[in-house]
Amino acid sequence: MAINANEVEHVAKLAKLAFSKDELQKFTGQLGEIIEMVQQLSDVDTENVPVTTHISNSQGVMREDKAVPGTSRDLLMENVPQHQDGYIKVPAIIDESEEA
Amino acid sequence: MNFETTIGLEVHVEMKTNSKAFSPAPVQYGAAPNTNTNVVDWGYPGVLPTLNKGALEFGMRAALALNCEITKDTHFDRKNYFYPDNPKAYQITQAQEPIGHDGWVEIEVDGKKKKVGIAEMHVEEDAGKNTHSPDGYSYVDLNRQGTPLIEIVSKPDISSAEEAYAYLVRLRQIIQFTGVSDVKMEEGSMRADVNISVRPIGSDKFGTKTEMKNLNSFEHVRKGVQYEAKRQERLLLSGGVIQQETRRFDEASGQTILMRVKEGSSDYRYFPEPDIPPLHISDEWIQEVKASIPEMPDKRRKKYVEKWNIPEYDAGVLTQTKEMSDFFEETVAQGAQAKLAANWLMGEVNAYLNTNKLELLDTKLTPEHLATMIKLIEDGTISSKIAKKVFKETISNGSEPRNWVEEKGLVQLSDAKVLEPIITAVLNDNQKSIEDYQNGKGRAIGFLVGQIMKQTHGKANPKVVNKLLIKNLKER
Repeated sequence: MAINANEVEHVAKLAKLAFSKDELQKFTGQLGEIIEMVQQLSDVDTENVPVTTHISNSQGVMREDKAVPGTSRDLLMENVPQHQDGYIKVPAIIDESEEA
Repeated sequence: MNFETTIGLEVHVEMKTNSKAFSPAPVQYGAAPNTNTNVVDWGYPGVLPTLNKGALEFGMRAALALNCEITKDTHFDRKNYFYPDNPKAYQITQAQEPIGHDGWVEIEVDGKKKKVGIAEMHVEEDAGKNTHSPDGYSYVDLNRQGTPLIEIVSKPDISSAEEAYAYLVRLRQIIQFTGVSDVKMEEGSMRADVNISVRPIGSDKFGTKTEMKNLNSFEHVRKGVQYEAKRQERLLLSGGVIQQETRRFDEASGQTILMRVKEGSSDYRYFPEPDIPPLHISDEWIQEVKASIPEMPDKRRKKYVEKWNIPEYDAGVLTQTKEMSDFFEETVAQGAQAKLAANWLMGEVNAYLNTNKLELLDTKLTPEHLATMIKLIEDGTISSKIAKKVFKETISNGSEPRNWVEEKGLVQLSDAKVLEPIITAVLNDNQKSIEDYQNGKGRAIGFLVGQIMKQTHGKANPKVVNKLLIKNLKER
């Protein structure tokens, strides 16, 4: 198999998903088939071919460094289940330190 | 057994662009929460981030100033993780093709110079800010979300707490002179992660490293490294094993404290960022950015010493910040003698800033006014004693020195015709001092000068007074 149940479980955990035993088995099978299909690409000889990071032909799309005032906070907060004093209020998750 | 310490530093610097890295929302420190954000920062479905050209150019500028090679064909990557400070659940960063690589900075510790290698330097976006409350909730402000950052990853070339400290000071200085960031630790616009390991001297394998994250003061880095190296050595000597873990520097105890043990490397599932097309950076563009970099502190220091005869130490002080160095150069450009300008800036000006806890640019002093004042001293219009008054007025109230001196009648008395009668009167009143002088007591002169100064309200030119006084004394 291209992928085993442990790996699927690991990826699920990273995606904050929980599967039942049956689901795990089902998805392991499905993902395995997908990976096997995609793996056919590794038969192609890509010696001396640069890595493809993007498939569109556009390049260097940028904007000038000009600031535009932010969206109204009141408007944005309409989609926020809980907020207080202009802050978004969420259950505390302390264990992971801030990433940057 | 003797150990050697290996330290690598990852430093994040917030850029002072006008707008964010991938959205046009403003970058501004200290704004009311969630007022400088838009739908891109909030990770709304269907939004398209667009790269800020200014942020990329600032990244190139910093890379060039750190002697890095520029990666001409580059792209951005997605780093995936869930956390409330990051609503789109990924950070746009550069994992595979950082904009700069293989640079170096030179540090000096105890008179010994050393090059510290820069492994790579990339451009990425900052996350928002979470404030944890004892009420069981976190309060999220997304103003910082998307602020462009530079991450500078050193090679493991640093081998002591002092070197780590010197490296950070140097890095801050260089970045500050590029104009890319304010690099203010206290505002979080510069933060350091420290990787540290020890190994027996002569061992060809690095020891297991521990990490300290988000240190926001140079002093904490120094103390943290000192403590952590000792801790690891003691642990190894007592037969223990270092585990790969993240530790926190505790300010109160001066110790590092275990935060969490790392199990394998983090799994961020990086992949090329599909929303940001790849970039090609031409040689012309690199040259253009190179030309936009202000003169670096080393070059300025050399100029001060060699061209303007400023002592080496003074030149070092004057180039600590770009504000001071620019102010000094402008004062000289306005016609002040360099040495005098340096003395004033390092003496009275610095003392004023320290006493009033101000930054140079927060005061009303301008290079034009400082130069004018120095010229007034040089041509004898004001005495150095009066100059202190003029200085206080100019720096506090922004008065033009020449006008103020004239308005207040503070022009120095150098005219012999005006001074002679005053000197004669003072001598007539102080027969005892004349005798003292004639009996070889040199101190009598000081007393008499003091009396003349008192009569003229401090305006008499001391040089002229001295000359006239001695002439008069000899005639008596």
